[in-house]
Amino acid sequence: MDDARKKAIPSTEPIKSATFTDPINAEIRRAAATGIYDIRGGGAKRKLPHFDDLLFLGASISRYPLEGYREKCATNVTLGTRFAKTPIELDIPITIAGMSFGALSGAAKEALGRGATMAGTSTTTGDGGMTEEERGHSKLLVYQYLPSRYGMNPDDLRRADAIEVVVGQGAKPGGGGMLLGQKISDRVAGMRDLPAGIDQRSACRHPDWTGPDDLEIKILELREITNWEKPIYVKIGGARPYFDTTLAVKAGADVVVIDGMQGGTAATQDVFIEHVGQPTLACIRPAVKALQDLDMHREVQLIVSGGIRTGADVAKALALGADAVSIGSAALIALGDNNPVWEEEYKKLGTTAGAYDDWHEGRDPAGITTQDPELMSRLDPIAGGRRLRNYLKVMTLEAQTIARACGKSHVNNLEPEDLCALTIEASAMAGVPLAGTNWIPGQGNF
Amino acid sequence: MQHFDLEAEGLRKLNQTLHALGDDTNQKTWEVINPRGSHAIAVGLDAPIEVTIKGSTGYYCGGMNKQATIIVDGSAGPGVAENMMSGKVVVEGDASQYAGATGRGGLLVIKGNAASRCGISMKGINIVVQGNIGHMSAFMAQKGNLVVLGDAGEALGDSLYEAQIFVRGSVKSLGADCIEKEMRPEHLELLTTLFAEAGVEAKPEEFKRYGSARKLYHFDIDNADSY
Repeated sequence: MDDARKKAIPSTEPIKSATFTDPINAEIRRAAATGIYDIRGGGAKRKLPHFDDLLFLGASISRYPLEGYREKCATNVTLGTRFAKTPIELDIPITIAGMSFGALSGAAKEALGRGATMAGTSTTTGDGGMTEEERGHSKLLVYQYLPSRYGMNPDDLRRADAIEVVVGQGAKPGGGGMLLGQKISDRVAGMRDLPAGIDQRSACRHPDWTGPDDLEIKILELREITNWEKPIYVKIGGARPYFDTTLAVKAGADVVVIDGMQGGTAATQDVFIEHVGQPTLACIRPAVKALQDLDMHREVQLIVSGGIRTGADVAKALALGADAVSIGSAALIALGDNNPVWEEEYKKLGTTAGAYDDWHEGRDPAGITTQDPELMSRLDPIAGGRRLRNYLKVMTLEAQTIARACGKSHVNNLEPEDLCALTIEASAMAGVPLAGTNWIPGQGNF
Repeated sequence: MQHFDLEAEGLRKLNQTLHALGDDTNQKTWEVINPRGSHAIAVGLDAPIEVTIKGSTGYYCGGMNKQATIIVDGSAGPGVAENMMSGKVVVEGDASQYAGATGRGGLLVIKGNAASRCGISMKGINIVVQGNIGHMSAFMAQKGNLVVLGDAGEALGDSLYEAQIFVRGSVKSLGADCIEKEMRPEHLELLTTLFAEAGVEAKPEEFKRYGSARKLYHFDIDNADSY
């Protein structure tokens, strides 16, 4: 065949495998070169059924809306009404999730405290103990009681406003904390009673209790130490939400916090983040059902976290039965995480704004997930706090807008009946009808 | 001496009463009767007082103790003296699992045996066990000293950080990254001091010291089988 005829034959287009994708192949090459799994921060990045797959129906002839600027739509919520002598009173149903000093800089913790306080809500410590920055700047501070017990002491327990017993988190249900050597500065090491500069992998289970019967006794001890004043939350990863919620309530929790797989972590294996746990959307109804079956819905409050970004997400979580939501990743973005203004520096790190997740390496251009003094100085805690306050206010206004449109005088009056789903998956998970139908797949069978 | 009948007056009143005592209290000596294995006895104390519990206790006796001396005149359930900050807890009998877990200071003396995971995740506490200790003791222990006059069970000091372990008897097996280390003069001196504080008769030179090989401090694929 001559060249001219060869050229005239149409060629087969190169097709890349849908199984062996570029990112998968790159990961195989990286694993082969290094012999270690990929560690990163953040939550699940894969596409999951989420709040975006739900819509509010709004008011119609059968129910009338409230006037946007004139009729009240309350947003306050009280947490810890079951046993605690001093429940937590929040102005808005959005709290700041636990993030450790160590994973975050002291200034970032301060900014979270400032922003939460200005917005009338609580913030939470993390796997590194309580710092003066966050206690000083947080009107309401939840103190996490974690398997590692770094820095745990009765004085901080007593100066907390609530205690959160952490059993798991959505990014890694069944996994413990991880903070690599680059971030174990002298201050972080001192607070954790560890040598500086080592890779710290904290335990996945509590050291002095195992099952739910033990947890009940542990909660008793914490209540006795704190004079039965503080609300006690139990935080669980989105694994078995119905049974875990049931057991947390039976163990004596005032509040159950359920964190779906989009919830972030400071660092863990990518395989853990992407392949263990359930999407947030799939966790809410089973948890609510557990509370209802125990006749405890609204008596034990439910906080939902994992991928909450907007007032619409807040409203949808509340409509499905949560009393409040919690944000972590979104709060960091409000402070400045992954901001394109640092694009040049993200590029130097081999990434791009919006994709940066090597928080464990401590080289965060935005100065948030680092202990490097020069990088840390990039975050002004006062300005950061103001940005977080603004963002929390916007989310609250958005949730109120939706609630009024559905005719509710309190955001917590939103209900599943106000929702429909865009996909069969979301319909099944949220337990609301597929749009345009009265069909809910899998109903009555969790 | 102040007397408190736990069965008659209840746990809440006991802890509330003991919490109300300040540094300058003159009610320095307490005796608690009828503990009957109750949980969370004398937790969160913060005063220079001595509390003797006449009988055995349940979970977490003396939890998060500061300053106080707590004597269990019987055996102690799981997590005795967990997260102790300072002061002293003495168990006349045996102690169950997780004795002294995550303790950050003070001295825990167990005159009998301690079950598994004694000194788990300890962060500065000193623990002296006159009998034997169970498996996985001093797991992920960070700081402080665990001294055992008897024998130690399997996987002693697994994933150890900087805590030190001293054992007079046999060790069934050492956990990942835990190795025997040289006894130097400062270690003999440390044991002499701890024995005096614990009221124990023993010869420091009869003990072996175990600590971290520090090989797992930074992840290395060639050590993956140790994890």
